[in-house]
Parts: sequence; structure tokens; C-alpha cells
Amino acid sequence: MLIETIIFYTAAVLAIGGAVMMIRQQNPVASVLYFIVSLVAQAILYVQLSALFIGALLIIIYAGAIMVLFLFVIMLLNLRGEKFEGAQSKIGGGAKFVLSIVFFVELIFIVKQIVFPPGMQNGQQQIADTFGSVEMVATHLFREYLFPFELTSILLLVAIIGAVVIAKREKSDTGGEI
Amino acid sequence: MVPIVHYLILSALLFAIGTIGVIISRNLIIIFMAIELMLNAANLAIITFSRMHGNVDGHAFVFIVLTVAAAEAAVGLAIMIMIFRNKETINADKFNLLKR
Amino acid sequence: MSQPLYLIPLFPLIGFLLNGLLLGKIPKKLVSFIACASVGLSLLFGVKFFFDLLSLPEGARAIETVLFAWIPSGQFNVDIGFLFDPLSAVMVLVVSGVSFIIHIYSIGYMHDDPGYGRYFTYLNLFVFSMLMLVLANNYLLMFVGWEGVGLCSYLLIGFWFEKKSASDAGKKAFIVNRIGDFGFLLGLFIIFWNVGSLHFATVFDKAPHIFMAGGGLITAATILLFLGATGKSAQIPLYVWLPDAMEGPTPVSALIHAATMVTAGVYMIARSNVLYMMAPATLAVVAIVGIATAMFAGTIALAQNDIKRVLAYSTVSQLGYMFTACGVAAFSAGIFHLMTHAFFKALLFLGAGSVIHGMAGQQDMRYMGGLKRRMPKTFWTFLIATLAITGIPGFSGFFSKDEILWKSFSSDYGSIIIWAIGLLTAGMTAFYMFRLIYLTFYGEERMDSHTKEHIHESPSVMTIPLMALAVLSVIGGWIGIPHVLGGGNQFEKFLEPVMAGAGYHVEEVEHALASGGHSAAVELILMAGSVVLVLIFIYLAFYLYNKNIAAAGKLRNSFGGIHKLLYGKYFIDELYGAVIIRPLINGSLFLWKVFDVIIIDGLLNGLATLIGDMSRGLRPVQTGNMRTYATIFLLGVIFIIGYVLLR
Repeated sequence: MLIETIIFYTAAVLAIGGAVMMIRQQNPVASVLYFIVSLVAQAILYVQLSALFIGALLIIIYAGAIMVLFLFVIMLLNLRGEKFEGAQSKIGGGAKFVLSIVFFVELIFIVKQIVFPPGMQNGQQQIADTFGSVEMVATHLFREYLFPFELTSILLLVAIIGAVVIAKREKSDTGGEI
Repeated sequence: MVPIVHYLILSALLFAIGTIGVIISRNLIIIFMAIELMLNAANLAIITFSRMHGNVDGHAFVFIVLTVAAAEAAVGLAIMIMIFRNKETINADKFNLLKR
Repeated sequence: MSQPLYLIPLFPLIGFLLNGLLLGKIPKKLVSFIACASVGLSLLFGVKFFFDLLSLPEGARAIETVLFAWIPSGQFNVDIGFLFDPLSAVMVLVVSGVSFIIHIYSIGYMHDDPGYGRYFTYLNLFVFSMLMLVLANNYLLMFVGWEGVGLCSYLLIGFWFEKKSASDAGKKAFIVNRIGDFGFLLGLFIIFWNVGSLHFATVFDKAPHIFMAGGGLITAATILLFLGATGKSAQIPLYVWLPDAMEGPTPVSALIHAATMVTAGVYMIARSNVLYMMAPATLAVVAIVGIATAMFAGTIALAQNDIKRVLAYSTVSQLGYMFTACGVAAFSAGIFHLMTHAFFKALLFLGAGSVIHGMAGQQDMRYMGGLKRRMPKTFWTFLIATLAITGIPGFSGFFSKDEILWKSFSSDYGSIIIWAIGLLTAGMTAFYMFRLIYLTFYGEERMDSHTKEHIHESPSVMTIPLMALAVLSVIGGWIGIPHVLGGGNQFEKFLEPVMAGAGYHVEEVEHALASGGHSAAVELILMAGSVVLVLIFIYLAFYLYNKNIAAAGKLRNSFGGIHKLLYGKYFIDELYGAVIIRPLINGSLFLWKVFDVIIIDGLLNGLATLIGDMSRGLRPVQTGNMRTYATIFLLGVIFIIGYVLLR
């Protein structure tokens, strides 16, 4: 079981580190790449939690499609290396950092107090072998959650149309990038 | 065997990092990505619970969330393109039309 | 029994409304007709009800009519009600009678005045108010009339309001009256608070049981009511408005400031005799103030040159006599003098008006003289009035004034000092009145030639009223001839039921006189003494102002200082101005500049500025900065989660 622990902590460090680096970058392309690193680490964690299908989906959809979309937009708008002048916000960065820490602590408390009923600290249910496999998830999707599933397809359609409409160039628009 | 609560703590941490990213960063793209990070953290939490209770419903849920995240990213980026076209900048501080 | 007593004040009210609403639209003849007819009708009804009253047995002489309940408010109930008993009968007859005569006179006097309609409107309103005052059956309604006559006084004094001195005089009258009214109201409050009603019969029945005789409450109430009387009836200290009131038209001076309004105070005290008899301290105050005012005003009259001023101070002085009478518990004597004074003083004023009219506006006696030949009717009527006021036997003034002097001497509430001062003042009255006669009607003609050419006797519409009043000035006193001279003193007897509360019964006096001819002799001696004194002073006036005019000038020079004091009316107006008015004005200025402008305005403006600053301070919250909003968002979420966690 040691290997599981090692894998967990490695993936965790990668996830957190990727996230932190993502925030701190000036260059948006670098941010995207660090985020992909974090995502891959999270996928490892998913797998460790027997969420095989979802883990695969994470990489395919998120890292593969969404992040690529980000990259496309960044390169399209030629957004690299923009220098930002001083912040206009009156609340200092330090205060914000502290706020976030407080937030995190609160979440921990929630986890500790509310989520766990007393007596079930570290327990995990026994699971079937096929838990989290494509077959199992798909079965659920197409049986109990068929309606939401279909709705998401409509949602995607709407999103496509919306994106196209929003970003469409006016006939008379001459400036701007491609 | 890693105590399952560690996953939840990790999820909370990722969520907090995402929050910091949203409020600290001035680059709109970074902000957007931080939001995605928060979504992912939530996903991790759901998967963890699903594992805890042995219930695959959580996975279906995450599936839906993933789809929504994709749609949202597409539309959001489209908006960002429009903003950039109009303002030539993605400095979040420059968008202060709500002022006064 | 219930009779339509309201008819008496109703007609002047209708006259007022008609003349007022149709102002300027109806011809002068109609205006005068409406005005005089309404007062005439009041007089007729007054006479009718008087005879009705006489037909009632002596003890039950009171007709009361309640028109409707005016203020039915819990424990405070006031009606519009009228009381017609001997006292109000006398007042109604005097008021309506003299008013009627003066209305007729005014037709001639105000003939060329552009404000003709306005004049008669106000005059009718005045008669209405005065009748309400004397007919009221409760204190509050009387106060309504009281205020009404004050208002009309203001309106009529300031009738020629374009002239600053006239409008100032009107204001002065009203304001000084107000001070008196303040006292009057306080007195009413005390009465109501203790008795629970303002209805005369109720108050006079209950008062002896509720108030302790001679106690603080009743003394306070009566003194406060008297304060109101000093304002309305021009006694010390609130007399200062009356001489200035001569700015108004002369018939107004005759009616309001001689015959009727100024007598309201005397009427009020006579009506409240029950209350005053319970407060001997107040009676003493009333008597002292009365006699002091009589003397004081008399001395001022000695040195005045304006014919109307002399008469004004004379009025104040005679009013002092009336209050003196009340103060020595001789209420009916006071009312008697009120009645005779109304006749001869009105006549004096109307005569003066006739003189002024004939002299084209001249009022200074130094520029008159020898009018006896030019204006005979005016002269003879004026002389009759003068004889009456100085108290020459046979004329009305003699009987009434002598009654007062005798009662001051003999009454339990009187004193010999009061009598002595009264006697001296009678002498002074004789002196200044005959000085007036000699300066105005006798001697050489001192006016300029232009005026001399235009001197004319007044038209009949003015001289007939003079003659009517002259007749009244003679016979008016004959209903009060005292027993000691063989008369039956019907006047006093007639008023006795009203004054019964005074504990002063005519029979007792008759008894005393019958049993001890002693006091009858004293009365006759005193009477003779006063007549002699009066004749001496008349001769003095004759000497100084007719025979040897230079001596008057020498006398004035040798007493220069005193003369200045008297001529300047003891500078009381100036004193009031410096001591009372100046500080009040300064106080008001201070309150305005400091308190109102700086503090209150500052407070309000400061409040507005504060809110403005606050909002300006809060505005930066709307930064429009997205990230700030997000941060605040987070803060809010933290708080909510924290709250939920901590529960």
C-alpha cells in the first residue's frame, strides 16, 4: 500500500504545484501548460479513486479540448507578455491571500464537522470490481440520468451557437485580429 | 491506504488556490483558468464522495459537470475575444464600466 | 323664559355683512341706511326687552336665551347664550343708543371720506361685538366680544392707515390690549379650573363654596381679570394706547374710546361682583389703581394743547373714577357713571369733531378761539357736556360723580384718602375742561385768515345728534338722584339684584340714613364741598384763559419744569420704549441672528452637509473594479460559512 501513498502524494504535489504556478505566470501560454500538468495529476488521482472513465474523460475533454481552446484563443489574440501596471484595487494582495487562507480553513472545518458523520472517519465502502468503469457509468447515464444527458447535448449546441454569435465579426468591422 | 479525507482536503486546497487566482490575478485568461480550476476541485470532491459511498451516481454527475465546463469555456472565450476586440487589453482592472 | 335675545346683536352683524360684502358697489346713501338701520333695530329690540324685563318681578329679572351649544367638549361646555338682566339692559341701551346717535353723526362727518363704506362696515362690526360682549351669559363668549371690539378698535384707529402715525397707533392699541387679554385669559383659566364652568350663573353660584374668601386663588383670578380690564379700559399701566388712538376719526373716538369699548372693563368687573367681593385685596388694588389713574391722567390733561388729547386723558381719568367705584364695592355707582359718562363724553368728542370739521382739520387749541359766535349749536351743546363732566348740580355728571365720591368716603371698602384724591381730581377736571372751553370758544380768534373764512357750523346731520346727547347729558342723571336729595335712586335699585352678591342692599342704607341723619348730613356737606371746589377751579380757568391770558403764560414759565413733565405725559411712552420694547426687540434680534440663523439653520444645513459627505464617502465603494467585487464576494461567503459553522 505504500505505493498508493507515494502515488497519491506525488500527484497531489503536482496538482497543487501546477495550480500555484498557473496563477503566478505572466505568460498565459505558460499558465495553460501548468494547468495541463495539474489536470493530468488530478486524473491520476481520479484513477486512484477507481473513477477510470471520468479520469480518462478529464484528460480527453479538459486537457485535450478545453485547454487547447484556450491556447487557440491566446494565440489568436496575440496575448503574450502584456505588461500590467499597478493594481487599482484598494484591497492589498496580502489581505486577499489571507482571505483565501481563511476560506480554506473554513472548508476544512466543513469537511471535518459536517461531511463526516461520527464514526466514519476513514471508512470506505466496499466496491465492486467494475466500479467506475465505462460500462457502469454509461449504464447509469443512459438509465437514471438519461434526461440530463440529453439536456447536456442541447446545452452544447446552445454553447456552440452562442460562441459563434458572440465572436462573430461585424460586416463593417475592419480592425482587430483575425 | 490513504485516508479518504485527504482527497477532500486536497480538493479544498485546490478550490482555495482557484479563489486566490480569481481575486489576485489581473489577466483575464488567468482568471478564467482559475475558475476552471475551482470546477475541477469540485469534481474531485464529488468523485471522492462517490467512492466513499460506493455510488456511481457521482460519476454521472461529474460527467455532466465536465460537459457544462466545456460549454462555459467556449462561450467565455468567445466573450473574451469580443472584449479584446473592443478594449485591446485583457487587464481586468480596465473593465470598470460598472463604476458609478 | 326664552326670548329671541339674539335679535339684538343680529342686526349689526347683518349690517356688517351687507356693507362688507357689497363694499364699493352700493351708493353711500344705502350704506348709511343699512348701518344706521341695523343699529336702530338693535336699539328698538333693546328697548322692547327692557320693558319685558320691567314686567318681571324684581327678584326674577333675568331673561336667558341659549342659541346653541358652541363647545360641547367633555367637561368644557360653552354655549352661545345671552343673558338679559338689569346690568346688561343698561349696557345694551347705552351701547345701542349712543351708537345709533354716532352713526347718524358719522354720515355727516365722514361724508367726503373715500373709505365711507369701509368705515360703516367696521362700525357695525364693532357694535355687534360690543353687544355680544354685554349680552353674553358666559365668560368665553364675553371674551369673544372683548376680542372683537379690540379688533375693531385696531381697524378703526388705523382707519387712515396710509398715515404712519395712524397705523402705528392702531398697532399700539392692539398690542397693549393683548397684554391685558393675557391676564384676562389666565383669570379665566383659574376660574374654569376650579369651578368647571364659565357660565356666569354657575360660576357666581358655586364660587363662594369653592374659593376661600380672601384666599390666594380668587385674588389671583380677580387681579388677572382686572389686568385685562386695565388694558381694555386704559388704566395704569396699560393706558398708553388711548391718547394715540385719537388718530382715528373723531366719531370713532367718541363711540369706542369714550362711550362703549373702554367701558367693557368696568362692565366686566361689575358683572363679576360676586368674585370681587370675595377678594378684598383685589378691591383695594382696583380702587388704588383707579384713583391713581384718575389723578394721573387729570394732571396730564392740564397741559395738553390738542383738543382731542385733552378729551382722551379726560376719558382715562373718568374711567379711573368708575374703577374706583368698583374698588369700593359701589358697583352700581360705577355703572351709573359709565352711563352718564357715555352721554357727555360722546357729546364732547362729537362736539370736538364738529369744531375740527369746521376748522378744516385744525386740532390745536392754541389756534382756535372765538368759535362761540361762529358755531353756536356746537358751542351750547359742548357747554352742556362740560357742565355735566365737571359735576355741576342738576346735570347727569353731578349725580354719578358725587355718588362715587360719597361711596369712596363712606363705604367699608373706601377710605378718606381716596375721597380726597377724587375730590382734587374733580377740581382738575373742571379746570382743564373750562380751559378747553375758553381757549376754543371764547377770546380772540387765533387762527389764520384762510381758515377763518371757512369756519362754518356743521350740518344738521351732525348737530342733531349733538342736541340729542345734550338732552341725555342733562336728564340722564335724574334716575339716580340719591335719597339724601329727595330722590328715589331708581338706578341703584334697578341694578340691585345683580349686585346682590355685593352684600350691599339699598334697604340697609336707607335704614342707616333714616336712623342716623348723621350720615345724611355728612353726605350733603361733602356734596356741597365738591361743588364749591369745582366752582373755584372754574373761576381759575376763567381767570387764566379768558380774563388775563398773559398770566397763563407767566404761570407756565414759572412752573416750566412741571409743565414740561405734564406736557410730555410724564414720558411714560418713552419709558416703556426703553425698558420694555427695546429689550424685547433686541432679544428678538438676538434670537433671530444667533439662534435661528446660526443654530437652527446651521443644524439643518449641517445635517444635509453631513449626509452629503457620508454619501460622498461611500461612493468609492462602487469602484467598478471586478476583482474588488469578487473579493467582497469571497468575504461574504466566508462570513456565511463561518456563521453556519459556528452555530
